[in-house]
Amino acid sequence: MRRELCEALVARAARPELVFLTGDLGFGALEPLREALGERFFNAGIAEQNMIGVAAALASEGLEPWTYTIAPFCYARAFEQIRNDVCLHRLPVRMLGNGGGYGYGVMGPTHHALEDYGVLSTLPSLRILVPAFDSDVADVVAAAGASPGPVYVRLGRGELPTGCRAPAYAPWRRLRAGRGPVVVAVGPMAGVAWGAFAQDGDAGPEVWAVSELPLALSPPPQAFSDALAGRTLCVVEEHVAQGGLGQALAAWCLTNAAALTGFRTVTAAGYPSGTYGSQGFHRRESGLDAEALRGLLA
Amino acid sequence: MARHGHTLRAESRPPGTVATASPPAPQPGLLAPGLLTLARWRLLAMHRTADVGHLGGNLSALDAMMLVHHELLGEADRFVLSKGHAAGALYVTLWSRGLIADAELDSFHGEGTRLPGHPPARGLPGSRFGTGSLGHGLSLAAGLALAARLQRRTGRVFCLTSDGEWQEGSTFEALIFCAHQRLANLTILIDHNRLQGFGTTGEVASLDPIGRTLAGFAVEIREADGHDLAAMRRALAPGTDRPVVVVLHTVKGRGVPAIEGRLDSHYLPLTEAQYLAAILGTPEAMSGETATGESA
Repeated sequence: MRRELCEALVARAARPELVFLTGDLGFGALEPLREALGERFFNAGIAEQNMIGVAAALASEGLEPWTYTIAPFCYARAFEQIRNDVCLHRLPVRMLGNGGGYGYGVMGPTHHALEDYGVLSTLPSLRILVPAFDSDVADVVAAAGASPGPVYVRLGRGELPTGCRAPAYAPWRRLRAGRGPVVVAVGPMAGVAWGAFAQDGDAGPEVWAVSELPLALSPPPQAFSDALAGRTLCVVEEHVAQGGLGQALAAWCLTNAAALTGFRTVTAAGYPSGTYGSQGFHRRESGLDAEALRGLLA
Repeated sequence: MARHGHTLRAESRPPGTVATASPPAPQPGLLAPGLLTLARWRLLAMHRTADVGHLGGNLSALDAMMLVHHELLGEADRFVLSKGHAAGALYVTLWSRGLIADAELDSFHGEGTRLPGHPPARGLPGSRFGTGSLGHGLSLAAGLALAARLQRRTGRVFCLTSDGEWQEGSTFEALIFCAHQRLANLTILIDHNRLQGFGTTGEVASLDPIGRTLAGFAVEIREADGHDLAAMRRALAPGTDRPVVVVLHTVKGRGVPAIEGRLDSHYLPLTEAQYLAAILGTPEAMSGETATGESA
């Protein structure tokens, strides 16, 4: 999604208040943005805590700061700056975290983002956006840019199933209808789940994509709520169970007395074999692949 | 926690001071010695009423904070209190500028207060950021200085740090950024009272002499007695092409002989006897302006 991100921000670069700060990342991807922004593009160096603090102050002066780095270097390294400097002041800093989930694959566990939106969901006023498809990125950038408060964007790799056409961006989207279990997946995992059941008939699972969290800021639509009655709900996310959408939706279902017949979650298991590989390797170890999902629900 | 009834409210309000949203513009030479003494008394009374400590680092920073707010800080300028544990000194300084009502100071540390032990994130006129966790303020100040440059605005940014907080890595991240970006509109004040929470800065993790340590960065280092107004005025003059770092040599617990230069002044509140001795002592000795014989 980096290319789409760069294009969307270049299209926005004419706004004089837009300021972009990168933590020394973007080689081979963000050069057009650097060109477009000129003095408003900063390589803030390998100093993410400072980058977030600087961005908070820029926002307090009415500028529109965006920060960019590998996801854990933002939400984990600079968590206190996000908490204190950005969220306590409800400042509209747009934090872009690249490589959601196991996105950095065999680069190793320090580069994975398996608990980002769980951690960040605990902070007041922070809106979390997780585009599912490449075509979502422009809308996500527009939504983040228009947000009056802080935003974290979890960027990954769009995984639109072959032969499918991504629907227009929305926080909650039904990707396929079906009378079977209701599958709800976060961000790019929605494409994986959609692909797993794309060939099934009407009796197959219904698949939803969620691209905005937490539920307090982006509650499920009525159509989703209506779909749950008498069915099993399965939440799929490339994120640890703790603090994930699964736990949030379980609480939501209890609060709203959803008449489910079953509840399942498929989440990031970490590193069960103690070995490392591609994003696909880690997903398979966690059951976050089409074959495993079919085995679970088909 | 017990709240004592000490107050200097009626007696200590600066002439003409009321709670307003728009204090008069600061002007050089306006910080009268009497006002500095009054602020110190009000700070002591406020802490005594609340029965809370952290006095040492408030007293070491008060003179500089008052000078900046009364003589340097105009509409276009910004102040960031990075050493948030000096919140009391900030509140009293804002009171002395008419931004906090006198009665509100008595709510310090109380239930439902706008004046907690470290500055709040929102809702306090004259205080832009909530701070307290050390190592945040300089990045915020850097962002303000950068914003002024990007928005083609004049105006200076002042950031008051403690000396201990230079042990925070994030402070150095910020300094590298400030120097690299040549934020010449930024002045960093270091309250160098040499005492931190559990020892002297020299014992805990020494950067001493801190001015020389920081001189390797592309910043202009200045040093001054942090209780000598004339010396601070000179040191706080605008820089030229790079950030200015002013090392203020201060005394923790300044003006209260019982706690001056003592480690326990970082945490412990004054006893009744210490408070009365401080208030009833000689005002001249507390104000500090007479130390060099220079009038304010």
